[in-house]
Amino acid sequence: MNARRSLLRSFGALALVPWLPARAAEDVPDIPALKPMLGGRDVRWEKLKLTLPRLADNGFAVPMKLAMDGPFAPGPTVRTIHLFSETNPVPDMAAFEYPVPVERIEIDSRIRLAGTQHIVAVATMSDGTLYGAATEVVVTLAGCMDGT
Amino acid sequence: MTRRLILVAAIVACASAMAQTRAIAPADLRSGITFAGDDVRAMQEDEFGNPGMLWVEKGARLWSEAAGSDGKSCASCHGDAKTAMRGVAARYPAYDRVQTRVVDLEAKIADCRTRHQRASPLARESDDLLALATYVAHQSRDLPIAVSIEGAAKASFERGRAFYYQRHGQMNLSCAQCHEQHWGKRLLRETMSQGHGNAFPAYRLEWQTLGSLQRRLRACLFGIRAEMPAEGATELTDLELFLAWRAQGLSIETPGVRR
Amino acid sequence: MADSRVAVPGKIVRGQPFEVRISIRHPMETGYRMDNAGKSIPRNVIRSFTCRYNGDLVFSAKLSSGIAANPYLRFFLTAADSGELVFEWVDDAGTRGSDHAAITVGG
Repeated sequence: MNARRSLLRSFGALALVPWLPARAAEDVPDIPALKPMLGGRDVRWEKLKLTLPRLADNGFAVPMKLAMDGPFAPGPTVRTIHLFSETNPVPDMAAFEYPVPVERIEIDSRIRLAGTQHIVAVATMSDGTLYGAATEVVVTLAGCMDGT
Repeated sequence: MTRRLILVAAIVACASAMAQTRAIAPADLRSGITFAGDDVRAMQEDEFGNPGMLWVEKGARLWSEAAGSDGKSCASCHGDAKTAMRGVAARYPAYDRVQTRVVDLEAKIADCRTRHQRASPLARESDDLLALATYVAHQSRDLPIAVSIEGAAKASFERGRAFYYQRHGQMNLSCAQCHEQHWGKRLLRETMSQGHGNAFPAYRLEWQTLGSLQRRLRACLFGIRAEMPAEGATELTDLELFLAWRAQGLSIETPGVRR
Repeated sequence: MADSRVAVPGKIVRGQPFEVRISIRHPMETGYRMDNAGKSIPRNVIRSFTCRYNGDLVFSAKLSSGIAANPYLRFFLTAADSGELVFEWVDDAGTRGSDHAAITVGG
């Protein structure tokens, strides 16, 4: 009886544990440029969506989408979204800023990737909370050389 | 003796038949975009996001801009490009009576600039010439390629065809070996296309800019470690004509996006 | 030099996010390429991009060589009144570019 009750209690505790985010902190590559931006704060690996092709057609122009579902207001709104590269010579790729809050956070652009690597995005909310997303892109060289 | 004659006759018949028939059957013709990855295809189909459209818009501006000592713009003689230039790019390369040779669209526009507008010459891969060529070709988008290989164009066509089937470079490859015998197969991670030029001038991701078909052909020759003909060389124009004939059944897609 | 294209919806609903797209002609030269003579081509990328709505800064981006040549940006804004969007950018060489779009807000 006692054993069953304690077992039920532990199952109940499990139900209260928040659903684990898809990405654990250990999966994220160690990008030195990321640390000063984080300033020791924790990143929640959820909500922010970073979409990149698994396999890029060409490293010179890779379509990238950043998105975060609302609603935001009256709660914290998105202030900045930073984009980091694992192996590009310039790891701090871009920072998108919203001085005025918008309910639809969706940014499309095209990025340049110097080879296969992870890309990390970090969104900073108006209350300082950080949300992150990371993904890997495989980049191959062109089949033929182009000397023009 | 008669057997040899029959053999010779058969060979001659085959040779002339080859002049008319194409290695890729019309039903199997596929534009380069069908061999491209999803992202490249999406980029080309995105009317706004297609980077080539930046050159189309620049070309539209240049079309109406006065140039040269007479202060004439393209529009001064040709009027609205949407109507005047519709179908033009689909006919190129073509024999030009004034220049007495087969020319591609870029060479035709460049000649017009100096001869009729008396403006300073535009270099082959110059941004202005590319913009004008892209703008003009764009007016023929979705129109079927319709080049002539008869009469004065015939010699150029024959030379272009010979070049296509000739092995070139250190790698000793002909265009046909990749683009006729092995299209659809992989070269490293890329799928080899049939090598048509119907989307040019095109924005090539590898170039990070837009370029002409001749640039792409030169790049191909570099790739097989062959000597590249100079920009605007006759061999390249001949090859363009052969390629256009070979691509008949496909439509103009300019500006294309290619990897 | 500033070649660019801007697209905004024809009709915008007050307070509802609307799509803004811009395509800018710029090589976003990384500084890692070499010309045919073997000389290094100096870095020149668009560093700063801003979007102002009736004078107020509503969106900005700090870019780098990690953004592809001929940069494309698509993002969303909201607006209360009709007016004008002004886009401005500066590159490493100090060259400024700009574009603008009128927006019509109803409902």
